[in-house]
Amino acid sequence: MKRVSLILLAFMAFAAPAFAVLPSEQLSDPKLEARARHISQELRCVVCQNQTIDDSDAPLAHDLRMILRERLLAGDTDEQAKAYLVKRYGTYVLLKPPFQANTLLLWLGPFLVLIAGGALVGLYLMGRGRLAAPSELSADERARLNTLLETPE
Amino acid sequence: MNRALALIPVGLFAALLVSFYFALGRDPTHIPSVLIDKPLPGFSLPGVAAGTPGLSSHDLRGQPILLNVFGSWCISCVQEHPMLMELAREGVVIDGIDWRDQAIDGAKWLDQNGNPYARVGNDKTGRTGIDLGVTGAPETFVVDARGRVRYKQIGPIDSDTWNNTLLPLLKKLRSES
Amino acid sequence: MTAEIGQYSLILAFLVALVETAACLVGAGLRDRALMALGRTASFLQLAFVGGAFIALAASFVNNDFSVTLVAEHSNTTQPLVYRFAGTWGSHEGSMLLWVLILSLYSAALALFGTRLRETLQARVLGVQSFVASAFLGFSLFTSNPFARISPAPIDGAELNPLLQDPGLVFHPPILYLGYVGFSMAFAFAIAALIEGRVDAAWARWIRPWVLGSWIFLTIGIAAGSWWSYYTLGWGGWWFWDPVENVSLMPWLIGTALLHSSLALERRGALVSWTILLAILTFSLSLIGTFLVRSGVISSVHAFAVDPERGIYILGIIAALTGSALVLYAWRVPAMRSGAMFQAISREGAITLNNLFLITLTATVFVGTFYSVFIKDGQGISVGPPYYNLTFIPLAVPLLLLVSFGPMMNWKRGDAGEVVRRLRWPILGALFLFGIFTAIFGIARAGAMAGVALGLFLIFGAFAVLASRWRFGVQGVAHRIWSTPLPIWGLALAHAGLGITTIGISAMSAFQTNVVVQMTPGQAVDLAGSRVTLDSIAHVQGPNYEADRAFFNVESSFGTRELVSEKRFFPVSQTPMTKAGIGMGIFGNTYISVGDRANDGSIVVRMWDHPFVDWIWAGAVFMALGGMISLSDRRVRVGAAQKAELPAGATQTI
Repeated sequence: MKRVSLILLAFMAFAAPAFAVLPSEQLSDPKLEARARHISQELRCVVCQNQTIDDSDAPLAHDLRMILRERLLAGDTDEQAKAYLVKRYGTYVLLKPPFQANTLLLWLGPFLVLIAGGALVGLYLMGRGRLAAPSELSADERARLNTLLETPE
Repeated sequence: MNRALALIPVGLFAALLVSFYFALGRDPTHIPSVLIDKPLPGFSLPGVAAGTPGLSSHDLRGQPILLNVFGSWCISCVQEHPMLMELAREGVVIDGIDWRDQAIDGAKWLDQNGNPYARVGNDKTGRTGIDLGVTGAPETFVVDARGRVRYKQIGPIDSDTWNNTLLPLLKKLRSES
Repeated sequence: MTAEIGQYSLILAFLVALVETAACLVGAGLRDRALMALGRTASFLQLAFVGGAFIALAASFVNNDFSVTLVAEHSNTTQPLVYRFAGTWGSHEGSMLLWVLILSLYSAALALFGTRLRETLQARVLGVQSFVASAFLGFSLFTSNPFARISPAPIDGAELNPLLQDPGLVFHPPILYLGYVGFSMAFAFAIAALIEGRVDAAWARWIRPWVLGSWIFLTIGIAAGSWWSYYTLGWGGWWFWDPVENVSLMPWLIGTALLHSSLALERRGALVSWTILLAILTFSLSLIGTFLVRSGVISSVHAFAVDPERGIYILGIIAALTGSALVLYAWRVPAMRSGAMFQAISREGAITLNNLFLITLTATVFVGTFYSVFIKDGQGISVGPPYYNLTFIPLAVPLLLLVSFGPMMNWKRGDAGEVVRRLRWPILGALFLFGIFTAIFGIARAGAMAGVALGLFLIFGAFAVLASRWRFGVQGVAHRIWSTPLPIWGLALAHAGLGITTIGISAMSAFQTNVVVQMTPGQAVDLAGSRVTLDSIAHVQGPNYEADRAFFNVESSFGTRELVSEKRFFPVSQTPMTKAGIGMGIFGNTYISVGDRANDGSIVVRMWDHPFVDWIWAGAVFMALGGMISLSDRRVRVGAAQKAELPAGATQTI
């Protein structure tokens, strides 16, 4: 933790605080630029705590934005451009985690909760419903009801 | 209500507590390097001053070495530097990458603080560092005799990390080669 | 001297809380009235001592007493008075003190106003409350003492993070904590019910106002936090799915479930054991949030300075509180009388379904937030907004679709066909508008338009709840409108508010536009139908910062207005900050923030058009308002245990 702030400090000393996505970074082709913006909103800045490279003003985030745009200019697809950075920094940079063995529970977990919970609720409601339906009075109950109705307070 | 059903929350909660407990010591900002046990990506960098040799990925062969990423702008590097000087005096081979830095600034910084490096390459654009997955300076890679990355130290090397982690690893790597 | 008074107050508060716990729980067990009375008195004393400690800390901040470490690290003489005061809770230690202060406030409120409650029940609730308080007071004293001294005292302190020097810091944390901590009351009531092994009508009537009150505060607190980050961070984001935001959202989601299930419990005596479980879980999620923010297991933009040691302590508190609560639950609940019966198609059934989806949504946020903690090598996995867009939103849509149907159902046994018939106009209206919008804005935006239509359906549905009571066209409409019970107004307002928020979110996702340019004074740029001109740039000196102030002129079809954005620099902490210029409007905001100034006099300008963004927060305000209206009616009923049950035939009311 402490080291992170040191790194940030170090970067600050290195370059005056820049701004996320500078005009000079942008590609002239608006379509490519829109793609670049879209991808960079799905990439995590590696030096910041929890920001996308699109939002971050860290110099390294700036470098990564530039690399991303170079890759797009070189004809990479969105997936190839992301893969370029994953090759260097790992899946950590992907804010949308890949669907793989160790993320199965992450992606399927919520839907499993819904299904399991739905099953429990279904069982519960069926049980409740049966109980809630007015049932015939037993002979014993009818007898007691009759006595109650006949006997004044 | 069913007793077995009523026990489910307790079980889930116990599992949760255990996970939290083991997560406590971990540093969530520590990004695992993807290069571990993989060869260093190829690079070739110029020296920091005219006439000094640069550094390329081919230079890092034959014996286990440390590859240290630094920069004249980096505050923690100043803090780490005496340790590196000490290690160099003891005969540890350290190569350096002057990351995101003007060569002239890097050279000046080494003049002022001393030069512990066998070879230094200047990575002005920072691209080599990014190829290596560097997130900040200082970072130190342990590279074995065959040029494969075996470990990455994030943050300054101090006597603690040296004695407990890096030195034992280097000894092991030396006996391997 | 002040700090020492605070220190002693804090220690005394800790001891009093321990005494109170013992007196209340033992007193209730023995039915010893003297002991229980002692417990009540102790809760006032506890409030006095915690309050004293808090005032002492605030005084140290206001008076610039830099011999107190906390003040030296988080305050500076150049800070305006209000931020020196708010700095009291701008750090981990101080915010913990605020946390306990609010807990003590709630306890004292129960001791004061709960006189009509059964004495043993009141004592047990107070006992649990003071147990929670003693745990956190101990935490404060042993791991995060706010009154630690530093010697020699520095001449001036390090500045409070400039991002925190904002009115947001004054209001957001206290309101948020009033919500978080308020759920401790529901928790304490749940434990008391489990100890007693029974839930009676008084219990059901008492838990709901506390839940509703906490929910109102939490709703406002989260919305205020979102609004704060929107205007302060300089890039107009209003929700980032950051772990720290998520841990406030989880108690809200599950607290909303509790709000509805406690309604079924209060009105019908249904969902008894389920409501108890939700009460335990809601407060437990508040505690887990506290753990996450202060333990460093997850990296977040807003995490406090972290310390694993504190993490261990809080984890211990969670283990003790939630653990014993759940064990008690597993032990006691199977023997408890089960709740009233109902059919699947009924108001209770609808509330069960509502709870199912809210639990699923809570689980989604929970899994996403903590996933990296659960798996080996979890640091390699990042869970960000794209994940929640693919999981949370698809799971939220069915819930939003169902919201309007619930209030139309009868209690115990409903008629689905009748409900659909009564909602035919809202359904047809929303579908019709969805078609129109998609035709206008294109099939590519059909998803977002479906969101807008869904929001409209919620608003229409809320109105239908009122309309079906009022029965327009039948004589006596004016009287029926006049005599509409307050909770019905509250319900309609809250559900409509949810619709307003839904519209805001959907429109933002579809139509937001952004322009980044380098501008020189006099230059103009087009932004979503407006023309933005940079008039001039001035260098200004603030109280504790200097800034480049840029004046913009925005011309749109609604008229012309002036917007000002600043790039500030705080020399003490060497921190830059952007103050955005925001032109607010019902149909959207123009959001401008300036960056660095180049040598040639030009300046980097980022500007956004944020359509309907204010609806997101306005909806939350409506939700909270609905809650308040509902609560204002309930307050009269609280504790009115002797009052007869609802008259027969009143099942139609909420």
